[in-house]
Amino acid sequence: MSETMTTPAPADGAGAEPVVAARDPTRRYGEGDTAVDALRGVSLDVRKGELTAVMGPSGSGKSTLMHILAGLDRPTSGEVTIAGTGLSKLNDNDLTKLRRKHIGFVFQFFNLLPMLNAEENVVLPLSIAGEKPDKAWVDELLEQVGLTQRRSHRPSELSGGQQQRVAIGRALVNKPTIIFADEPTGNLDSKTSGEILELLDRSVHELDQTIVMVTHEARAAAFADRVLFLDDGLIVREATNISAHDIVAAMEELGAT
Amino acid sequence: MTAFALRGLLGRKLRTALTAIAIVLGVATVSGTYVLTDSINNAFHSIFYETRAGSDAVISGKAAFDVSSDTGATAPSLDETLLTRVRALPEVADAEGQVNGQAHLIGKDGKAIVYGGAPNLGFSIANGASRFNPLQLVSGRWPKADEVVVDKSTASKEHLQVGQVVGVQAQGPVRQLRVSGTVKFGSVSTIGGATLAGFDLPTAQQLFDKPGKLDEIALAAAQGVSDPKLISAVHSVLPADAQVRTATAQSHEDAKDTDSFISFLQKFLLGFGGVALFVGSFVIANSLSITIAQRTREFATLRTLGASRNQVLRSVMLEALVMGTLASIVGLFAGLALAKGLFSLFDAVGFTLPNNGLTLETRTIVVALVVGIVVTLLASLRPALRATRVPPIAAVREGATLPESRWAPYRLPAALVLTGIGFAALLAGLFVPDLSTGQILLLMLGGALLVFFGIALLSVRLIGPLAWSLGWPATKLGAAAGALARDNSRRNPQRTASTASALMIGLALVTLVSILAAGIVSSFRGSVKEIWRNADYAITAQNNFDPIPIAASDAVKKTPGVTEVSDVRAGEALAYGSKIGITAVNPSAAHVFNLDWTEGSSAVLASLGDDGAFVDKDYAKSHHLTVGSPVPVTFADGSQELFNVKGIFDPPTGGSPFGRVTMSTDVFDRHNPQPENLYSFVVMHGGQTEANEAALDKTLKSFPNAKAATRQKFIDNQISGLSSILNILYVLLALSVVVSLFGIVNTLVLTVFERTREIGMLRAIGMTRRQVRRMIRHESVITALIGAFIGIALGIVLATLLIARVDFIVLSIPFGQLIVFAVAAVFVGIIAAIFPARRASRLNVLEALQYE
Repeated sequence: MSETMTTPAPADGAGAEPVVAARDPTRRYGEGDTAVDALRGVSLDVRKGELTAVMGPSGSGKSTLMHILAGLDRPTSGEVTIAGTGLSKLNDNDLTKLRRKHIGFVFQFFNLLPMLNAEENVVLPLSIAGEKPDKAWVDELLEQVGLTQRRSHRPSELSGGQQQRVAIGRALVNKPTIIFADEPTGNLDSKTSGEILELLDRSVHELDQTIVMVTHEARAAAFADRVLFLDDGLIVREATNISAHDIVAAMEELGAT
Repeated sequence: MTAFALRGLLGRKLRTALTAIAIVLGVATVSGTYVLTDSINNAFHSIFYETRAGSDAVISGKAAFDVSSDTGATAPSLDETLLTRVRALPEVADAEGQVNGQAHLIGKDGKAIVYGGAPNLGFSIANGASRFNPLQLVSGRWPKADEVVVDKSTASKEHLQVGQVVGVQAQGPVRQLRVSGTVKFGSVSTIGGATLAGFDLPTAQQLFDKPGKLDEIALAAAQGVSDPKLISAVHSVLPADAQVRTATAQSHEDAKDTDSFISFLQKFLLGFGGVALFVGSFVIANSLSITIAQRTREFATLRTLGASRNQVLRSVMLEALVMGTLASIVGLFAGLALAKGLFSLFDAVGFTLPNNGLTLETRTIVVALVVGIVVTLLASLRPALRATRVPPIAAVREGATLPESRWAPYRLPAALVLTGIGFAALLAGLFVPDLSTGQILLLMLGGALLVFFGIALLSVRLIGPLAWSLGWPATKLGAAAGALARDNSRRNPQRTASTASALMIGLALVTLVSILAAGIVSSFRGSVKEIWRNADYAITAQNNFDPIPIAASDAVKKTPGVTEVSDVRAGEALAYGSKIGITAVNPSAAHVFNLDWTEGSSAVLASLGDDGAFVDKDYAKSHHLTVGSPVPVTFADGSQELFNVKGIFDPPTGGSPFGRVTMSTDVFDRHNPQPENLYSFVVMHGGQTEANEAALDKTLKSFPNAKAATRQKFIDNQISGLSSILNILYVLLALSVVVSLFGIVNTLVLTVFERTREIGMLRAIGMTRRQVRRMIRHESVITALIGAFIGIALGIVLATLLIARVDFIVLSIPFGQLIVFAVAAVFVGIIAAIFPARRASRLNVLEALQYE
C-alpha cells in the first residue's frame, strides 16, 4: 500500500481538493469497425459532502462513467483520482485496499449475502478489512437506516426496501470517502424509493457523506445537489438544485424519457 | 471472513452434501481397505502367535532354500529320535513332536469338505493337556488312536456329532475315524474357511505317511534358561537338515506367506480406493466449478466491499477444507461398514477370511483423513483460483458469468500434450526393456493418470458431436423434451465434459478389465485345446488347484478302459541362483501333450530318464541353453542334480502347465518326500463316453478330494476361479462408477437450480411436470452415454496396448459385455436423474419466474 493512500486527502472545509476527480477518461469497447465509444472524455470533480446524480438516456454512458469513477472498469485513456490517488497506476491489490478504505457501493439488486443477517451484512466490509466494528457506531447506523428491529433477519426475510437499507448501512459502515449508488431505486416501488432517497439525502447532509448516484429517474435526481446530464458519452449539461420538473424537461430535450 | 465461508457452507447444505459424497466414498474405500486387511492380519497373527504361545523355541526341517507353502515343495521331516535327544538336554524342560499337513474331512456326499481356497489343516496333538497345545476343547475329549477332533465351526456346518465316524484323508487312502471331540482356536472367533483335524501322534504319522518322523518339535526352556542359551544348547544336537528358532521367530516365519498375501490384498484394494478418490476429485472439481460460477455475483460483491483475491481464495479453500475434513471423517467410519461388506463379499465368492473383529489402527485414521483432505483441496484449487478472477464489476452486471480462465486458449494444446505424455509414459512402461518393477509401475500409473486428465480435457471438444449423435434417440423418444435435453447437454460443454469424465474413468477401467479377462480366457481355452489335444479327461482336486495324492492317479491307471495316464507334478527348486517353478511328467506325457518344439520332439517327453529335462524357449534364451546344455538344479532337500536339456518348446499364447524346468517324475520323487500330482490327464478307449466317466468316478470314490472332468469341463473349472476374481474386480470398480453417479446427480441439481427461471418459463408456456422430468432424465442419460462412449473407447485402446506387450494374452473384444456396460451407463443416467428431475418438476411456476 502506498503512502498516499494511508493518508486521506485533506477533508477540512469545502472547496478543498475534490474527493473524486476525472480528467478526460474515455472508454472504447471492441476494436476497428465495431468499436463503440461509450465514454468520450468526461471531466468532473466531486466535492466532499455533495450528492451528485448522473442522468442520461440508456446508452448515454452513465453506467460506464460510474464504473470508471469507482475503479471497477479502467478507462481507455484519461485518469481518475480518488482521495488524491490516481487509479490507473494501481494494481489489483492496491485497488482492493483503496476500495476498503475509500469506496462504498449501493447496488440496484442490493447484492446482500443470503446466509448473513442484516447486521452481519452491514459490518461485512469491516470484517473483510479485519477490523472490529464499533458497537455504538453499528447501533447508531442501524438506527439511522431504520433496521434496529430487523438486525437479525436474513435478506430473504426482508422486503426490497429493507434490503436496500441494509445495503446503505453496509456502504456507510466504514465511513468511506465516496459512495457509488447504481440505480439504487431501480428495483423498488415509488413509496419505498422515496424512503431510500431520503435516507441517501440524510447520509450526505447529516452524516457528511459524499455520494455519486446513477439514475434514470427524474424524481431521484431531484434529491441531488448537482445533476450531470450525459449523452453519447459526453456531459452535455450540468445543473445544481434543479427540480424534478426541470429534470424531465432537460431529459426530453435529450430525446429520452 | 472465515466465519462467512462456513456460513456459506451451511447455506448450501444440499449442494455441499452432494459434493462431499464423492470424498466420503473414496475415503471409505481407503479406510475400509486398511480396516479389512488389518483385521485379517490381526486374526492371522492371533492364530500364528497363539499356536506358539506355549513354546520357547521350535525345531523344524531345513530346506535348501525358502520354500513357499503352497507349491508342493516341502522341507525335510525330522527323525523321531531327535525328540529323545532334545528332551535329554538339561536346558529343556519339556519338548513335544508334531506332524502336520493337509488333511481332508470327508462330507456326507463322499466329497472332501473344502470351503473356497481355505486350507484343510491336519496335525497331531501329542497330549491334550500339554502347554504346547493352542486348542481348547469345546465338547468331548482329546483324540486317542483312530480318533479325530474337529473344529467346532466345521462340526456344526457339517453336522458332525461327537462319537460319529468321519472319513479323513491325508496322504493315503481314506481312513474312518471316530470324532472324539470338537475344539476351538483360542480367542479367534472364525478361522475363515479353514478346517482343523487333530489326531494323536501315531494316527497322524500314519495318515501323513511319516512313520518315525516329525515335522517340528516344540520346546519349553528349563527354569532360568534364556532363549539364546536354549537355542545354542539345541544346536549341539541338531542335524544338518534341521534348524531351531525362538517361538517368536518361528511365528514370524509361519506368518510370512500370509503377510505377503495380505500386503498384496492391501495394495490391490488401495488401488481401487485410489481410483474412487481420483474419480471423486473430478466430481468435486466439477461441482465446485458450477457452484462458484453460480456465486459469481457474490464473489464480485465481496470484491467491491474490499475483499482481496487472496481472501476470496482463502474463503473458498477454507470451505473445501471444512467439507473435506467432515467428508473424510464420515468416510473413515463408512470404511468400517465397507470392511464388513468386503468380508461378506469375499465370503460370497467362496473366499472366507479369518475374522477376529474389526481393527481400526491409528495409521488408518491418519491416512484416510490426510488423503481425503488433500484430494479435496487439490480438486478445489482450480475452481478457487477461478473464483479469484471474478472482477468486482460483475457485481453490477446482470447475468455475469465467470471470466474465461487465463489458460483457456492453451486448453486444447495442453490436453493434447498431457494425453501425449501420458501415452508416451504408458508405452515406455510397457515396451522399454530392462526397467525395474518400480519404474514400470510409476510409468504406467503416471501415464494412466495423465491420459485420464488429458482425455477429460480433450472431451470438451467431443461434447458437441457426441451429444448430438448420442442424443439423437432422445429426440425421438422424448419429443420436445428430448430435443431440449439434447440442446441442454451441449450448452455448457465444459460442464458436460467434466461430469461425463468421472464416469469415463470407471468405464475405461471396467472395459480394460473385461477385455483382459476375455483375452485370458480365450487364450487359455486356445492353449488347453492345443496342448491337451489328445486327452479325454483331467483328474484334479475338488477345488481345481490343490495337489492330489499320487495314489489317486495310480488307481486310475488300473481302471478298465484307461490306456494312458499322464501325471504332472509341480514344485520349487534353485537354478542359476534363483528360485524357479519346476514340473515333472511321466512317460505317458508323450501320448497326451502336443507341444510346439523348437528343438527336440514329443519323443523327449517319454525319454527324460534320469537326467533329462526340457525347458521353455524364453528360459533357454535367457540362460543360453540348447539341446545338450547342462542345467544344475538344487532341490529343497539340499541335493543337486545336473540335467541335460533334451528339448526346448515354445509355449502357446495362453501359457503352459510347465515350470521353467521339467523332469521325469522318477527324479522329482527322489527329492520330494511326499510328491503329489497337480493334475493328471487320461486317455481312454472310446474317448469321452458315459461308461468311461462312470468308470473313473467309481475309481475316484476312494479319493474324495479328486474328481474327473472332461477336457471341456476342466477348462471351465479353471476359468471359474478367474470369474470369481473378476466379479470382485467389477464390484470394486462399481464403487468408482457410484462416485461418478453422484457427480451426475450433483451437476443436475446445480443445473436445475441455475435454470429455475427457465424451467418456470417452460412450465408457464405449457410444459407438463412429466415433460420436465423427461427433459432432465434425457440430459442425464446423454451425459452418461458420453462418459460411457469415451470410457469404453479409451478402455479398448488401453487394453490393446497392454495386450500388445503381454504375450500370453490374445486380444479378444467382448462386444456383448461392452454393450452391457453401455446399457448400465444408461441406467446410471436414469438413476442419477431421479432426484434432480423430481426437484425440477416440483418447482412452483410463479416463484420460479420471479426467482432472481
